[in-house]
Amino acid sequence: MTLDIAAIRKDFPILHQEQNGKRLVFLDSAASSQRPNQVIDAISDVYRNEYANVHRGVYQLAVRATNLYENARNKTADFIGAASSNEIIFTKNATESINLVARSWGQQNLQEGDVVVLSLLEHHANIVPWQMLQEERGIELRWIGLTESGQLDLSNLDDLLTGAKLLAITAMSNVLGTLTPISELAAAAHKHGALILVDGCQSVPHLPTNVVDVDIDFLVFSPHKMLGPSGLGVLWAREQLLDEMSPFLGGGGMILNVTQESYSAAKGPAKFEAGTPPIAQAAGLTAAIDYLNTHGLDTIRQHEIELTTYALETLPAVVGDDLKIPGPTDASQRGGVLSLELGEVHAHDISQMLDEHAVCVRPGHHCAKPLMRHYGVAATARASLYLYNDHDDVDALAAALLAAKKFFAF
Amino acid sequence: MSGLEDLYREVILDHYKNPRNKGELSPPAHRCEGFNPLCGDEVVVYLHVVDDKVEDIKIGGQGCSISQSSASMMTAAVKGKTVEETAAFIKQFKSMMAVHGDSLEADETLQAPQDMKLGDLEALKGVVKFPVRIKCATLSWNTLDQALTELANS
Ligand SMILES: Cc1ncc(COP(=O)(O)O)c(C=O)c1O
Repeated sequence: MTLDIAAIRKDFPILHQEQNGKRLVFLDSAASSQRPNQVIDAISDVYRNEYANVHRGVYQLAVRATNLYENARNKTADFIGAASSNEIIFTKNATESINLVARSWGQQNLQEGDVVVLSLLEHHANIVPWQMLQEERGIELRWIGLTESGQLDLSNLDDLLTGAKLLAITAMSNVLGTLTPISELAAAAHKHGALILVDGCQSVPHLPTNVVDVDIDFLVFSPHKMLGPSGLGVLWAREQLLDEMSPFLGGGGMILNVTQESYSAAKGPAKFEAGTPPIAQAAGLTAAIDYLNTHGLDTIRQHEIELTTYALETLPAVVGDDLKIPGPTDASQRGGVLSLELGEVHAHDISQMLDEHAVCVRPGHHCAKPLMRHYGVAATARASLYLYNDHDDVDALAAALLAAKKFFAF
Repeated sequence: MSGLEDLYREVILDHYKNPRNKGELSPPAHRCEGFNPLCGDEVVVYLHVVDDKVEDIKIGGQGCSISQSSASMMTAAVKGKTVEETAAFIKQFKSMMAVHGDSLEADETLQAPQDMKLGDLEALKGVVKFPVRIKCATLSWNTLDQALTELANS
């Protein structure tokens, strides 16, 4: 099976626009993807025909809205191979999902001196919540380092995990594209009696995920990076863990009972979903998962490997050897995230010139400052690929990079 | 290249490629660091004030063409000025950069004394058309401002 990119692109209205008389080339899906008509229509259909607050009303409209919302939970559970939809918690974004775990599970289980292991590949979302616990209660953070080629350096993994309570780690770097060996890491963490939280923000949109097969404990991801709406995040955790965890935010929807003296928390996902949830967004996620399933994540992954291979070959060939793309050189070991360094030319200037060519990339530290510091760069221009990108997009990127190089040449 | 010419004027590229006063000063010169949290750029301003005058100033750190050229022009502009003149100059530059929308006119009410011409720095006016880059242009100025405050308080 191969993807029919022309047909796919037809589904994404936002891609059919021009800027400066040029076709818009969208290469920033790692920050947030675009959405197909199917998702946009699903969301507007909720507001046109199905909307009411969930879980409370007796009237039929409220029942239908509740069904839509809960259906999204079932869809999401199936999508990641979860044992039960009770294991899916909807949040505001992946960042909130990690904070939920840090505040709820972390507060209950981490005391002074307890160890959480991270890696140098982490996004700030999977660093700062743990640093907050480090500050507040003196937990210890340990870091898995990197090899030359941008892979995790697992040579001292056993040492790092000794006495650890949690390994919190990304499945795919949002800067280098590096894929990490999650099954192996999960086995190592469990051997040492630690749990494993996986940041799937970059992996879940692009690779098949099965939380039971890889045997992990927590998974977080963001629907807005997988053709779904913003304003919605996902936390998956094993049901037993969720049962033991105390609530994160308090308010309506998360209670069993409230008196003047105290409250008791609801059971199941409701315990972690205080207040009115993102209802239309959940319906959008259902449509996004349907869209991804229609094309198949295996097929999407094959397409991205092919396109990444093409980019890793074409870009330096067109632009010159001063273009560096750190990270694994074998596309089967990485995702389609390309951090571009062009000699002395600053990422901001590259991105500005690319914008002139209607090529959308992202300059900056990509919320991974420890990783950037490790590489000794302040900023890169990041281009990222998805199912709607093709060779023409990579060629447009190459041409614009060459123009930037000529313009800013010293 | 329609809009880009406004951003990347020749003077700017010249200061970027041949930065003036780049380097470090050792104590007793004052050292002050500035960060642009959006892009991770870092600038270090070394400021040596003698008898209320900017005797010497140098710039360290790294950044894009806009932040580097703005810093370079800034050092050229304030070297030899009194602290008070420098403060007024910073104010004038920042008011030029704070212009919103398509208007390229600076806020007249914030103008520094007439004899303080912005000179080469006028070239940075084009940056206001690119709002996300304004922070690049003002990074070194805010850091110098901070350095003056720190000196005044020490
Ligand atoms: C690896 C990784 N983790 C976490 C996040 C945070 O996701 P969100 O901003 O949706 O909370 C992102 C995206 O920005 C990411 O790329």
